[in-house]
Formats: sequence, C-alpha cells, structure tokens
Amino acid sequence: MKTDTIAAIATGLSSGGISIIRISGEEGFSAIDRIYQSKNKKKKLSKAKSHTTHYGFIMDGENIIDEVMVTVMRAPSTYTREDVIEINCHGGIIVTRKILEIVLGQGIRLAEPGEFTKRAFLNGRIDLSQAEAVCDIISAKNEIALKNSIKQLKGRELEIIKTIRNNILKDIAFIEAALDDPEHISIEGFSRDLYDHLDKYSHSIKKLVNGSKSGKLIKEGIKTVILGKPNVGKSSLLNILVHEDRAIVTDIAGTTRDTLEETIRLNDITLNIIDTAGIRSTEDEVEKIGVDKAMRIAKEADLIIYVMDSSTSLDENDEIILSLIRDKKAILLLNKGDLLPRITANDLKEKSSHPIISTSFVEHKGIEDLEQTIKEMFFKGDISFNEDIYITNDRHIEAFTNTLEALNMVKESINNNMPEDFYSIDLMTAYEELGKILGENVGEDLINMIFAEFCMGK
Amino acid sequence: MPYVYEEYDVAVIGAGHAGCEAALATARLSSKTIIFTVAMDSIALMPCNPNIGGTSKGHLVREIDALGGEMGKNIDKTYIQSRMLNLSKGPAVHSLRAQADKQEYSSSMRKILENTENLTLKQAEIVEILTKDNRITGVKTYSGAIYPCKAVIVCTGTYLNARCIYGETVHMTGPNGLSSALYLTESLKNLGIEMFRFKTGTPARIDKRSIDFSKMEEQKGDEKVVPFSFSNKPEDIVKEQASCWLTYTTPETHDIIRANLDRSPLYSGNIKGTGARYCPSIEDKVVKFQEKERHQVFIEPEGDYTNEMYISGMSSSLPEDVQVQMYRSVPGLEKANIVRNAYAIEYDCINPSQLKPTLEFRNIDGLFCAGQFNGSSGYEEAAAQGLIAGINAAMKIKNKEPIIIDRSQAYIGVLIDDLITKETNEPYRMMTSRAEYRLLLRQDNADLRLTKIGYQAGLVDEEHYQMVLNKENAIEEEKKRLENTTIGANKDVQGLLERLNSTPLTTATTLAELIRRPELNYEMLESIDQHRRSLPKDVIEQVNINIKYEGYIVRQQRQVEQHKRMENKKIPDTLDYNKISGLRIEAKQKLDKYKPISIGQASRISGVTPADISVLMVYLMQHNAKEAAKSKQ
Repeated sequence: MKTDTIAAIATGLSSGGISIIRISGEEGFSAIDRIYQSKNKKKKLSKAKSHTTHYGFIMDGENIIDEVMVTVMRAPSTYTREDVIEINCHGGIIVTRKILEIVLGQGIRLAEPGEFTKRAFLNGRIDLSQAEAVCDIISAKNEIALKNSIKQLKGRELEIIKTIRNNILKDIAFIEAALDDPEHISIEGFSRDLYDHLDKYSHSIKKLVNGSKSGKLIKEGIKTVILGKPNVGKSSLLNILVHEDRAIVTDIAGTTRDTLEETIRLNDITLNIIDTAGIRSTEDEVEKIGVDKAMRIAKEADLIIYVMDSSTSLDENDEIILSLIRDKKAILLLNKGDLLPRITANDLKEKSSHPIISTSFVEHKGIEDLEQTIKEMFFKGDISFNEDIYITNDRHIEAFTNTLEALNMVKESINNNMPEDFYSIDLMTAYEELGKILGENVGEDLINMIFAEFCMGK
Repeated sequence: MPYVYEEYDVAVIGAGHAGCEAALATARLSSKTIIFTVAMDSIALMPCNPNIGGTSKGHLVREIDALGGEMGKNIDKTYIQSRMLNLSKGPAVHSLRAQADKQEYSSSMRKILENTENLTLKQAEIVEILTKDNRITGVKTYSGAIYPCKAVIVCTGTYLNARCIYGETVHMTGPNGLSSALYLTESLKNLGIEMFRFKTGTPARIDKRSIDFSKMEEQKGDEKVVPFSFSNKPEDIVKEQASCWLTYTTPETHDIIRANLDRSPLYSGNIKGTGARYCPSIEDKVVKFQEKERHQVFIEPEGDYTNEMYISGMSSSLPEDVQVQMYRSVPGLEKANIVRNAYAIEYDCINPSQLKPTLEFRNIDGLFCAGQFNGSSGYEEAAAQGLIAGINAAMKIKNKEPIIIDRSQAYIGVLIDDLITKETNEPYRMMTSRAEYRLLLRQDNADLRLTKIGYQAGLVDEEHYQMVLNKENAIEEEKKRLENTTIGANKDVQGLLERLNSTPLTTATTLAELIRRPELNYEMLESIDQHRRSLPKDVIEQVNINIKYEGYIVRQQRQVEQHKRMENKKIPDTLDYNKISGLRIEAKQKLDKYKPISIGQASRISGVTPADISVLMVYLMQHNAKEAAKSKQ
C-alpha cells in the first residue's frame, strides 16, 4: 500500500534531554538529503547503509540549526516497516520544534495521533493479537488531541478561526448557489470581492501562524500558582515578573474561575502564572476561604510559589498551607527582607523541604535567585508540564499553513481568470483545514449554508 | 380470492421516470419483466416542472444515456426548447436543460416500453409484496392477482398514501388527481421497513390566452442545440423552439401571501411531511427572505399540445381563493385563468439508509427500489436510480457481480452514496456542489466515463462502445501531438498572438502551452498548427478542456486515487461493531445502522471521525486474518 510520509517528535519535550524526530515513509530519504549536512558536507544519507547512525547538522538553507545524530533504517526492518529516519537532537523545545518544522517543509505531513503505531500494525509489524491494544492507543490519543486542540486555544483566537471559517463557507455558498441556480443568483464581479476577502483571511491566518510559532496562541507553560496571605506581596511579585524586560505575552481573564493568568518566559521556559486574586477579594473571611481556595488551586498546579511575610510570625494558616504543599513542587519566598525579620530560613527548613529564598520585592532583591531556582528545577526535570500542548500547537500550524496554501491557490485561479467554479475547490480545502483545528467535519455545512443564505430553487 | 396470474423475473411497481428506466433495463438485460402502473396514461408523467435537466440534473441525464438508459433519447425527441446553462462558467458546471412537451414525452416513452421485448405493461395497484424468509417471492394486486417473481423494484414516487393539499382543501389522491396507492405502505412496514413522510409541491398552470406576455421578458432557446443523448448529433434534432417568459412577484403579491399565511397548511400544521429546501413554496420564500422585494417567476409552456403554462417559482399550498389573488398580482398575469391549482403533496417514502449501493434492501433479498420512494426529488434523480436498480436486479437474477458506481465516476454515484450514507431529512436533490470531483464528472465526458460500464452491463451495444473507444484514442493522440509540437517565436505566431491580445513569445513553446493561456483555445491556433488533422467537434472539445485545465484535473485525479484506496477496503456485512474496542459509542451506533460496504463509505457517515476510521482499519485487519485462517481449516 502506497502511503504518504509522516513525521513527529517521538520523545518528550520538556525534560531538556535528547529529543528524537521520527520520519516514516518513502519520501524520508530524499527529505533528509535536503536538510542534513555531514561534517565534510559530502555524505548523502540516502546512500548510507541501513541501521546506521551519522553525525552532522540539520540545515535551514545555509544556517545550521542543530548538531544531530541521524539514524537511518530501511524498510522493512523498522518499527513501521517503512523507511524510518530518526533525528536525535539536543533537545530544547525551540530547536526540536524548529527541526520538525523544517522536516514538514519537505512535503512531509505531521503524523496523526497514534499513526506510527497504526502503520506498524497495518504493515504487519505488530502481532495481530494486539489489535485491540492498538485500537485503544489510537482512540485515546485522538481523543486527547481533539480535546487539547480546542482547550488550548485562547478564546479570542478560537473566535477568529471560527469567523474566518464561517466567512469562507459563505463565499463558497455564494459561488455554489449561483452555479446551481444561475437564473436566480448572479456572481458577476464577485471575483474582485473574493480577492479582498482572501487577503483578509490570509492576513488573519498569518497572524495566527506567527502567534502559534511564538506560542502566543496556546495556554502553554508550567502552571504556576502564587499563594500567600493578604499583603505578603503576591501582586508585587507578579508585577515584577511580568514587568521586567521579558516578553509579556498577554493576559486573559481566567476561564475557569476568578483568577488572572499571566504568561511569562524565562529563556526556554514558559510560566503560566495564576494569581489567586480570589483570596484577596474576600477580605472578611479571608482565612477560611483563602485556605479552601488555595487547596483547590494548588492541586492543579505544576509549581507553587508560596510567599510569606518574614516580618510577621507564622500562624495556623501558614502551617496548614505548608502541610498542604508538602508533596507538591514548590518554592518558598520569605519576603519583606527589608523589614525586621520574625521568621528565618532556618525556622522554615524544619517545616518544609522546599527551596527557600529570601526576597525583598520593594528592593528587587532575590528575584534572580527565584528565576535561577525555577530553571534548575525545570532542567533537572523536577517540574514539567503537559507537552501535548506543543504537539497540538504543531498541528495548528500545519492546518494554518495548509489553509494559507489553499487560499493562495484561489488567488492564483482568480489571477489566471479561471471561472468561478474553480475557486470553490480550494476554498473548500481551506474550510476543511480550519475544521481540523476545531475538530469539525464538513458534513452538510455547505448545503445548509446555501439554503440558509440564498433563496434557491424553482 | 388470491390467485396466481403469471410468473416473471422482475416486477416493477410504478411507471414514472424511475420505473420506466428500471423496467427497460431489466427487460433489455433479458429478464422477463412486468411493470405496474395505476394508470396507463400516466407513464413517464411529468406532474411538476415541464423540463428535463438543469444544473447537475443535466449531468445525470447524460450519464443515464452513457449507461444505456432512455431519458436522454426521449427528451431529445420531445423537447420544445433547449439551453446550455452556465456557459460563462467552467466546463464542469455547464448544464443542459430542455423544456419538454409533456404529453409527447409521456407517450413517446410509453411507445418505447410497449415495444420492448420481455416487457409487459399492466394497469393495476400492487397492495402487497410477498416474501419468504426475507426473500422476494412475488407481488399481489388489489384484485388478488399474484405475480410470482424473483425481484421487485419499488418506484412508487409520490403515490403512497398521497394527500394533495391547498388551504383547507385536501384530496386523497396522487399527483394530477390520479388515484393514490393506499395499501403498499402497510405491506412494507410489515417487512420491517422504516418509512418517512415527505412533501413536495407544484405551482398553478395558467391558460396561455389569459397571459399578457408583453409585460414579460422573453427567454429563447439556444441557437445551437446540444443533444442530451450521445447517440444524437446536433443536426439530427434541430427544430423550431418555444419560448419561456420571465416576470416577477410584486410587493402586492407578498402582502397577499402574508395576509393569508394562517390559511396555509404549511403553517397551520395540516402538512406533516418534510419538504425540500430546494423547492420552497412562494410563501416559504416570502417568509424566509423578507428582505427580497421580488422573486423571479418563469412562465414555461407545458407543451405544444396545450395552452397550459407552468408558473415556475410560485409553487404554493395556499387556498384556491388566495391563489387567484396572488397569481393575478404578478405583472402579465392580471387576468390569469388558472387551469390547475397549485398544491402540496404528502407521500410515504423510505429511509434510504436501509439500502445497499445497488439499491437493494439490505434485509430483503431481491427487493430493490428507486426514485422519490427513496427520498429523492426530481425526474432525473429518479431515472438515474431506476436505471441502477434495474441493472442490479438483472445482474442478481443472472448471478452476476453487481454494478456499483462510485462517487468518483459519476453524479449517479454521488447521488446514491449520499442517499444511503447521509442522514436524509428532506427530499434529496442533486447539486453540483455535492460532487467533490466535479471537474472530472463533466456532462461533456459522461460517455468517456460510463459507456464502458453500460457495455459491461449489456445495455450498450458493441458498435457504440467501439465508437467511444475510438473517440478516447483520438483525444489522447491529439493531446500528445499538441504537447509535442514546438512553436517558435516566428512572425506568424507573434502576429497571431498580438491579434488575440496574448503576450508574444520570448522563447519557443508548445501548442499545448499556448492552449493553456486563459485567452486562447484550440480553435484559435489553427493558422499556426500546420499538422492539424480535421477532428470531430466532440474530440476537439475534450482536447481543449483536458489541456486547459490540466493542473486542476490532475490534482483531482490524485484525490480520486486516494479516495479509491479507501473505497477498495471492503467491510464484511457481518461485522459486529459493538465488539470493536476503541470505537466511540456514536460511531458504533452509526456504523451499525448504515452498515457501510467499505472504509470509504464509513468515513462519510456523519458522526464517524478519522480516528474511528483508523480504529476500524486496525480491527478489520485482525478480523480478516482470523476469517482467512478459519476458511483454511
């Protein structure tokens, strides 16, 4: 069976170790020849022996992207029984994804969830008795992917995608209505309007692509919660982190509860900081509600930053929270170091095994220590996050890219003075591609739109 | 008392457009066939619009013709006006439409039926379908006559439990006051068949003498008429053509309709059936598109034999007195004499998801069906299904492989696949937008696409088949020649290009490349094409289209290859979807209901996701291996 060639990141992304990009299918060798360069610049991996590993570089044009080891395996003795190439790179989210992007630029498609396993099975690599397990893997992975696809898009972007998609459908419906009922509906001169529409759609989608590439579109990152009693300096910490020279990505109103989320970047690491605003807003019953709320949020957090006022003594609530976060990844901040201390790091060490940092937000002290600690925890693998986010993000980028390509084809058809019926072919492709992001099929959408918008028929 | 009358191979119930094609196909394929009709004078009756073809429907007629059906030939004989629609658009959506002389159409078809070998016509109402162990054994008429047979093709159109309604008035009849069929539904339900109730409607017919045509725009036929049938040449069917007329509704029309909506059975709830969005009544249009100040109204002759004119665009089920006011508010119809009222008609049909792509019921061996009975609308849709049901009934009787036409081969394939795979909520009408590979499924190449299938089925004779093969060769040869003929930038060439407003050449090119330029075509390049042979017009047309749109065509051909891979992965009909772990519940239910024959068909069922399809493929592989191991033992 002849199938297309697929690729995906085959390893985890967040730990910062080695990452592997796997390519399966017959186009793999010609693709790797175009993007791989050996040290002497002469080696062609398509000529290399099967099951060998080669040192070299992945190139983007003239630029070296990363130093890599590439393993080549020829069909049929491979996982999928197809030609398989694995690029081992140094990891790091940005580099790994960049390499994947370059691979996908070679006419290779992003693998569907579970597709390597599916191919392995269909090509007889996995024992037939394992069919049920393979089915379960495919369905579970797809379910997660679909859920993530929408969940990880921000509300505004989701709306933009839906609007563009719906407008594309309206354009198709107009063309198709006129083709179907030329005596009632005329599309004279519509190609000019359509051209303008296409420009607008392309412009918006390009923005979405750029946003996707810089991670702006997804709620990515380590879910970080700042906890603390009133007036310990939680907001100041957030403001310091956000207002320093790092890119503030954006802020969005919390979708799940009355919290505010900020996204900040520490080098390669993205923190998704949740400020527990709710604790402050209920000053009256702050003790009780605060603890309840802290408990709930802390449960879902990847990292907790617990801020304390070193100028006041520990009370019962501190004790409760400290015990609550005992088994979580957390950093304790002893703030207000500029004031007379009532608690010291040593006092805390008896009660908690988490890293403790003395800070003074007023004097901007200890912030670098905090950042350093977070980085260390991340690279040691102590804290991690849901890496499916990146996989989802790559899927989005692929769908956007395909959409753009289809829209350009329509423009080309218009430029070449093709009749209107040719436009809807590629417009439909664009509609389908955007639908993949939303997990929506085409179904009877077009027919329904035609009848909803146009007065058709005899 | 029931008694056995005579035995047949096939009994066709109903002699409308589906029934006629079905019966002709089985009889021509040497099955002894009997066709029943409630009225001999209603054979191939056109109870609604007086035309054949139109967008996408014209495609169906040409496909029917290429497969060896009758509709195209019959309309070529009996048309009174012909037009090719959408000529300013691409070749894929050019669509032929002809106004018919209704009476001629009907009697000409009747003549064909009456003179077909192996075919018996009978005026009788079938009240029961007889089966044994879910296998067809015969049919029984109202008078108790039993006709034992091996296959039955149900083509009852809009006659089952039909009710015609306008305003408060209800007639318990089929279309045109013909008697409805009151008993068959019960028999079908007893066989476990799931029924739907649909509705459609028709406008009034008005006496030509009472119409003031000076207030309307005249619509003439094309000067160069293209025949529907590939066996006819344009010059064979030249005749003087009748005109149609265009006028518009007025604000007054809309006021009258709005003021009387409460008397419309559609709004009062007197009509329960589901109507087609494609054939909205004028009251529907006025309510749904309030911002439209006027709607087009086409006045079309019902034939040369009559003064009746069909008022296209104004079907209605308003009361008779409102209809008079309403029609008379249209410019040119102020003194209109209504010969026949507009009415809505309700009828029983089936849920077509119970059918195989051969149009045989999955659960009843030998029971086929076609046309409006299957939940479609339109003469052409009916005829197309009739032909396929007929061919497959005959194949079954001969113990031959069924003939299934794929979506990538014909609009007929799209029609049938949609009917049996998609949820049907209204009478189904063909539309070009439903055909995803429409660049390949043009009306101009229906013969090249389908003659071979008609030949294999036995409906197309050797001579005609050879003609099509020769045409195919001539097209290929000429394409090759044009791709290989180099044209230099000489004075003649540059001069010609300049005259045709086309950019002059900078280097040598091929004739094919020049044809690809939007402003040029095959004919225009004659003076610089020294080795051009004289070729038939239809060959030139194909060469031109194939070269001009090659990029798009090749792209769709690639998609078709992918599509076919999925269609070729067959699913055994015994598969128990509930056993498949990993399928979502919705997918299990839908697959179990539709029982798709292939992975491709499964993927088109709404509610079945690509992940479900992956799971299904994995499961099938294991399933098939197990079955193969079993059969070895």
